Amino acid sequence: MSAQTETHQEEEQLNYLTNGKSLKSWLLTGDHKRIAILYLISTALFFMVGGIFAGLIRIELTSPTGVLLETETYNRVFTAHGLVMIFMFLIPAIPAVLGNFVLPLMIGARDLAFPRLNLLSWYTYMVGGILITWALCIGGVDTGWTFYTPLSTSYSHGPISLAILGAFVVGFSSIFTGINFIATIHKMRAPGMTWFRLPLFVWAMYGTSVVILLGTPVVAITLALVMVERWTGIGIFSPELGGDPVLFQHMFWFYSHPAVYIMILPAFGVISELIANFSRKRIFGYHFVAFSTLAIAGLGFLVWGHHMFVSSQSMYEGIVFSLISFLVAVPSAIKIFNWTATIYKGNVRLNTPMIYAICFMMLFTVGGLTGLFLSSMGTDVHLTATYFVVAHFHYVMVGGAITGFLGGVHYWWPKMTGRMYPEGIARVNAILIFIGFTATFVPQFIVGFMGMPRRYHYYYFAPEFQIYHILSTMGASILAIAFFTPATYLIWSLFKGEKASANPWGAHGLEWEIASPPDSHNFHHIPIVTDEVYDFPGVEYAHPSHGPKKKKSKEAEPATKGKH
Amino acid sequence: MASKAHAEVENFPVHVHHQFEDIEQQNEAYIVGMWTFMVTEVMFFGALFLAYILYRWHYQPDFYMAHKGLSIPAGAANTTLLLLSSFTMVLGVHYAQLRKSKMVVTMLGTTCVLATIFLCIKFAVEWPPKFQHGLVPGANFGTHPEYLNGASPRAAELFYSLYFLMTGLHAIHIIIGILIIGALAMMWAKGKKIVTEDYIPTELVGLYWHFVDLVWIFLFPLFYLLPQ
Repeated sequence: MSAQTETHQEEEQLNYLTNGKSLKSWLLTGDHKRIAILYLISTALFFMVGGIFAGLIRIELTSPTGVLLETETYNRVFTAHGLVMIFMFLIPAIPAVLGNFVLPLMIGARDLAFPRLNLLSWYTYMVGGILITWALCIGGVDTGWTFYTPLSTSYSHGPISLAILGAFVVGFSSIFTGINFIATIHKMRAPGMTWFRLPLFVWAMYGTSVVILLGTPVVAITLALVMVERWTGIGIFSPELGGDPVLFQHMFWFYSHPAVYIMILPAFGVISELIANFSRKRIFGYHFVAFSTLAIAGLGFLVWGHHMFVSSQSMYEGIVFSLISFLVAVPSAIKIFNWTATIYKGNVRLNTPMIYAICFMMLFTVGGLTGLFLSSMGTDVHLTATYFVVAHFHYVMVGGAITGFLGGVHYWWPKMTGRMYPEGIARVNAILIFIGFTATFVPQFIVGFMGMPRRYHYYYFAPEFQIYHILSTMGASILAIAFFTPATYLIWSLFKGEKASANPWGAHGLEWEIASPPDSHNFHHIPIVTDEVYDFPGVEYAHPSHGPKKKKSKEAEPATKGKH
Repeated sequence: MASKAHAEVENFPVHVHHQFEDIEQQNEAYIVGMWTFMVTEVMFFGALFLAYILYRWHYQPDFYMAHKGLSIPAGAANTTLLLLSSFTMVLGVHYAQLRKSKMVVTMLGTTCVLATIFLCIKFAVEWPPKFQHGLVPGANFGTHPEYLNGASPRAAELFYSLYFLMTGLHAIHIIIGILIIGALAMMWAKGKKIVTEDYIPTELVGLYWHFVDLVWIFLFPLFYLLPQ
C-alpha cells in the first residue's frame, strides 16, 4: 500500500465533491461516493420523520388515558414509526451510506462493480420512500409494520396496498446494493488484498449482502401476495378462503428476522474498524470475528420461528427454533469478547467514534442478553408483545445499529467531507445519547416485564405503569436532542470545520492512504497490498504469534498530527 | 482527476468501464453479478413453491382433482418449446464465442420465436377456457362447478390461485426474456461492438433464459402431472 502519498502534494485537485457542481451531476452520478452522500441525506430525512412519530408515541403514553391521539391515529402512528424506521432508515443506513462510500476504498477499487445499478438502487429507494410517505399522508396504515394477515388482507382499511408496494419497491433497492457488493468484493479487490486481509467492515458487508439476497426476495413475493389478495380477493393467506395466515408469518419472518441482521451486521463491521483503529491494535481473533459474521448470517435464517412461539406453531418446532436462537448468541458473543480483548492493553484513544463503539458494546450486550429471555419459550410466552420486547429490539436497533451508524459517520466524516467535526461537543453528545437511550428503554424493560402490552395506548387498567412511561418519555426527550445535535454540528463542520488530513486518526487501511475527500476515481493507481490488515506501525505485541504475520518494513504514515 | 490517471481511463478500450482494470475483471464481475441475481430469483420463486407445497399437503385429494382442469398436451407442448428454446440459446452462445454473427442472430431469433409461441399457447389456448369454465380466482371462480372435477371449491380456488400466480410470474419472466433476447439479437445484427467483441453479454442473457426455462421444468410436473 503506497504510491499514493505523492499525489497528495499536487495541490487543489478536483475531488469527488467539486468535480461537477450541477444538480444533474449529482442526480445522474455513477460515483459510489456521491451515491453514498445521496443516501446519507435521504436516510437522515427519513430518520427525522420516523423520529417525529416516535416522539408522538412517547408523548401519548405519558398518561394512562392518552393525551394527544385518537385510538385509530395511535395505531397509524406506531405503524408509521416502524415502517419508516425499518424500511427507510435502518436497512439502508449503514450498507448504503457507509458501505457504499468506504467499501470500494477499503478494497482498493475505483468504484463498485455496477455503478448504474447503484444509482438505480437509490432511485428505487426514493420511489419506495415516496410511496410509503404518500400512504402515510393519505391516511396511514394501522396494521403495524408487520402487515399481519388476515388484518392486512381482509379487515384493515386505508392505503395498505400503497404502503406494501412501497416496502416491496424498497426491497429491490437493497437487492441491487447486495448484488453490487457481492460482485465487488469477489472480483474487485486490489492485487494482494486477499480475503483475510479484508477489513472486517468488508466482511460485514459481505455477510449483510448474503442475507439481503436470500431474504429480501421472499418478503417481496410475500408482500406481493398480500397486495394481490387485496386486489383480487383470492385467499392465499385468508383462513375463510382456505388459506393459512400463519404461512404469511413464516414467510414474513423468514425475511424479517434476518433483516435484523441486515441492520446489525453492518454495525458490527463498523465497530470492528473503530475498536481496532482507536486501540491501535490488530483486532483480536480476526478470523473468528470474520467467520462469526458469516455464522450469524447463516444461523439468522434458521431462527424466524421464535417470533411465532404463540402463533399456533407446534411445540417441537418451537423447541428447535428456541435452541437455534440461543446458538446465535454464540457468534455475537465471540465478537463482543474479541473486541474487549482488542481494547485490553491497546493504546486506546477516546475519540468520538471510540466512545460510540464502547456505547455500542454496552448497549448491544444488554440487547443481546435480553434476547435470550425471549428465545426461551417459557419466558417468551409471558413476555410476548410486551414492552420488554420493544425495549429489547430497540437496544439492538438503536443502541446497536444507530450507535454503530453514528460512530461510523463520525469516523469517516473527515474522509467523506474533508472536514473535521468539533470533537468536544461530539464527545459530550455521544455520552448524552447513551444516557438518553438508557433512560428511555430501561423503564420499558421494567414496565414490559410487569405486563405493559406493546401497541396499546390506554393503560388505565394499570395506572402504576405511568411512572415508567413518564421516565421513558423523559429519556426520549434527551435522546431527541442528542440525535438532533450531530445533524447541526456536522452541517456546521462542512463550512467551518477544520480541514482534515488524509489520515486524521492515524488509522490503517487503504481508504486512509488517499486524499480527504478522495477524487472521483479513488485511486490514481490501483494499490498493491503487501501488509496485513490492522497492521499498526510501532505497536508491540505481547505475543508475537498474535501479531500480523508479515512485518512491514516501510515508512508507513506517521500518525498525522491533528488535535483530534 | 485531470491528471494522468484520467488519461489512462480514457485509453481503455471502449467496452471496459472505468471501474475495472481489464476486460477479464469486468467479465468476471458481470458473471458473479448475474449468478447472484439468479440466487435472488430462486428465492423469489422459492417462496411461492413453499406455499404450493404447503397447500398441496393440506389439500392433497382436492389438488389432484382440480389439476384435471389443466391441459396436459398444451403444457407438454410448452415444455418442449422451452427446452428447444434453451437449446437454440445454447447454440447462440456457442456461435457468439465463435463470433459468427449471422448464426447468433438466427439462433437468438429462433429462441424469441419459440418463446412467443409458448406465450401464444398459454394466453390464447390454455387460459381462455379457464375463464369460460369459471376457473379464474378473483374473477368468476366456481360459476361452473362441473369443471372442478369434484374438488372442494375452496381448495380448488387455492390451486388455481397458485397456478395463475406462479405461471403468471413465470410468463412475466418469459416476456422480459423475449425483450432482452430480441434487443441482443438486434445488437448482433447491427454489429454493436459491446456484444460482438466479447461473448459475455450473450452468455449472461443465456444464463437468464436457462433459469426461466428451469422454473418451468419445475412448474410443469407440479401443476400438470401431479400424481394422486
